[in-house]
Amino acid sequence: VTAVQAEARPAASGAGRRLPRWARPVLVIVVGIALLSVTTALTRQYQLTSSGTAQAAVRLMLPILLAGLGGLWSERAGVVNIGLEGMMILGTWGAAWAGYQWGPWAALLGGLVFGALGGLLHAVATVTFTVNHIVSGVAITLLGLGVTKYLASLVFLPVSQNPRESPRVPGFGEFSIPGLSDGVSALEAQQRVVLSDVAGLLGGLVTNLTPTVVIGLALVPLTWYVLWRTRFGLRLRSCGENPVAAESLGVDVYRYKYVGVVISGALAGLGGAALVLNPGQLGYLEGQTGGRGYIGLAAMIFGNWRPGGLLAGSALFGYVDGLQLRAGGQAVHALLYTATLLAVIAGLVAAARRHWVPAAVALLAGAVVYAVYYAIDTVPREFAAYAPQLVTLVVLAAASQRLRPPATAGEEYRRGEGD
Amino acid sequence: VTGLHRVRTVLLPPTLAVLFAALLCAVALVVSGDNPFTALAVMVTQVDQGTTAVDVVNSAAVYYLAALAVAVGFQMKLFNIGIEGQYRLAACVAAIVGGAVALPPVLHAVAILLVGALVGAAWAAIPALLKACRGVSEVISTIMLNFVATGLIAFLTNTNVFGVLRGNNLSTRPIAPSGRVPGLPLGGGGTIFGLIVLSVALGVGYWFLLERTRFGFDLKASGESPTAAAAGGVDARRMVIIALLLSGAVAGLVGLPELLGRDFAYTLTSPTGYGFTGIAIALLGRNHPVGMAFGSVLWAFLDKSALALDNVGVPREIVLIMQGSVVLSVVVAYEIVRRYELAAEQRRVAGQLRARAGAQAEAAT
Repeated sequence: VTAVQAEARPAASGAGRRLPRWARPVLVIVVGIALLSVTTALTRQYQLTSSGTAQAAVRLMLPILLAGLGGLWSERAGVVNIGLEGMMILGTWGAAWAGYQWGPWAALLGGLVFGALGGLLHAVATVTFTVNHIVSGVAITLLGLGVTKYLASLVFLPVSQNPRESPRVPGFGEFSIPGLSDGVSALEAQQRVVLSDVAGLLGGLVTNLTPTVVIGLALVPLTWYVLWRTRFGLRLRSCGENPVAAESLGVDVYRYKYVGVVISGALAGLGGAALVLNPGQLGYLEGQTGGRGYIGLAAMIFGNWRPGGLLAGSALFGYVDGLQLRAGGQAVHALLYTATLLAVIAGLVAAARRHWVPAAVALLAGAVVYAVYYAIDTVPREFAAYAPQLVTLVVLAAASQRLRPPATAGEEYRRGEGD
Repeated sequence: VTGLHRVRTVLLPPTLAVLFAALLCAVALVVSGDNPFTALAVMVTQVDQGTTAVDVVNSAAVYYLAALAVAVGFQMKLFNIGIEGQYRLAACVAAIVGGAVALPPVLHAVAILLVGALVGAAWAAIPALLKACRGVSEVISTIMLNFVATGLIAFLTNTNVFGVLRGNNLSTRPIAPSGRVPGLPLGGGGTIFGLIVLSVALGVGYWFLLERTRFGFDLKASGESPTAAAAGGVDARRMVIIALLLSGAVAGLVGLPELLGRDFAYTLTSPTGYGFTGIAIALLGRNHPVGMAFGSVLWAFLDKSALALDNVGVPREIVLIMQGSVVLSVVVAYEIVRRYELAAEQRRVAGQLRARAGAQAEAAT
């Protein structure tokens, strides 16, 4: 009986201070929507919560999300994957090559396979030859770019007459969720405070969907389940946390690392395929990825190496990107107001918990952001486009002590040489 | 014995890697129906044509600067992926300042060089401080800062900030002749950049710093074993900051030979990608000043001679495959040789121990 009580006590005291697990995502969504509603109502930037923006956000989020999931699989197995960008580039070529001949499903498969090949190369270099992970990643990005350009001018040039472009890749048909989609757009049109905002954001999630979006979003819970709720996942994560201990328990660390990195490449390649199949894209286009592999990595860090956080990070980055593309600098300018509100709330919460220094920092940051908001009319489009990178830098600077990456991510591991 | 050992560990891996990469490309060419020997012959004869030889030398000088900037960080196991952003931003700001001030000839050029180095160092100071004070990995922060630098450059070269529209291209104001660095004209062969001197000087300076100064020793020690360095009284934080600032300052000079010797203004189409080239060359030359010089020339040769491949119908992108596979195979080759040497050493020591044990046993009987 005493043993049970001793075990139960820390759990109970932890629950007293912290929210239950399901409440955190709900809280994030509610606070996010509330902030956006208030901003929309006060600044009259209705594009902030329009279904068009939400739709653009979902589509722009998808490649980032897939690349981030790729990073998650690899880093959880203990291998840092800076080569995501290169694997994604390989994926765009593979998707376009398979897609223009055999249709969109083949494109997904093509992207997957080509990305996985890049991942395999990274695994051979980092796991078998214990090459530094950053070095291998940079090399694979260079190599992926070179192979893709070579193959594009070899294969696509005769068909499309352009070495930088593939022939047209047929996309997926779009579908909306029947009933829900119409009702939501009707509600959005009424322009009621909060209700219409929610309807707009929800509308983007249920109208003009493609199978790529569904697959991408489904991969988040799937990744969580496999990595955190199966024996396989526990072993894979143990290779990222303490490979020597895993080895001593009979886990074939090399094999799990290989699996993690190859899946990582496959997901990044799938992200490339999502870019190629994005409505409005003709197919492969040189320079199409535009650093999204790196943003995926940033989203993963933002999400503290967890699938849910990763989803939130890519949603944020996709949203800012989509808003910037659809509504321009003035709408992004309104987001500064949202950021001010967020900083004030964070400051007040910290103050209520008597954490005086963070509270002061948050309120000061809020004041600075508000000053910027007040001083300028619009965010120059050059900076709006790089909001994800700036947000990542701020998050790293502010919260790097609280982030918890897998303990041995990026470190060399040699079988049988543990101490 | 030591000479042979040196050949095996220092020269063999890069040679193997280049051969392996060439073989890989040859296979790719054969598979796609081209003759690899024709391709190689065309590339070699191209060096004789027009300005190619001078272009190779000029590019090599620029690449060498980038490689030095990377190598300073690598010595301390710091991955400054941000050379790309640092050199581009520095070149842009240096061009803006150079186009705005009026100074007497030599002073003007020196001022531009100083601005370049300072801006590079300042941009590198962000990841340096983030790493030293907040423990943020310099890899991630420099990657992010590369993107931010692109945005900043686009903002600075905007017509309502510092840019002017020339033709279809946004550009900074041109630098007056007093700020330019004259080159060595070779008639029809082109003009060698005057700032090639800077590359050579910095190469020598890099060697001196590492091999002949206390700071260089501390730097290498911190890279080899942070704990040993700390025990020896090296302040790790201070070293991180200084190494990254130094790396950034050198990176800030990368764009200047072209700026002061050829372009005289920074435009939106100014070359990009030298940062990643620098990383590749630093790996190829193993951070050694001479090795990196060879690497720079090889890289420049591949880049400039590739233009001739179009004439024989070979996609010139094959060179990118060559470059990418060289980088990957050289690091693998170093590891293979290292393992082989380790095994040989173990065998040698085991043999000696056996021999000694045998001799002792004989003496005992």
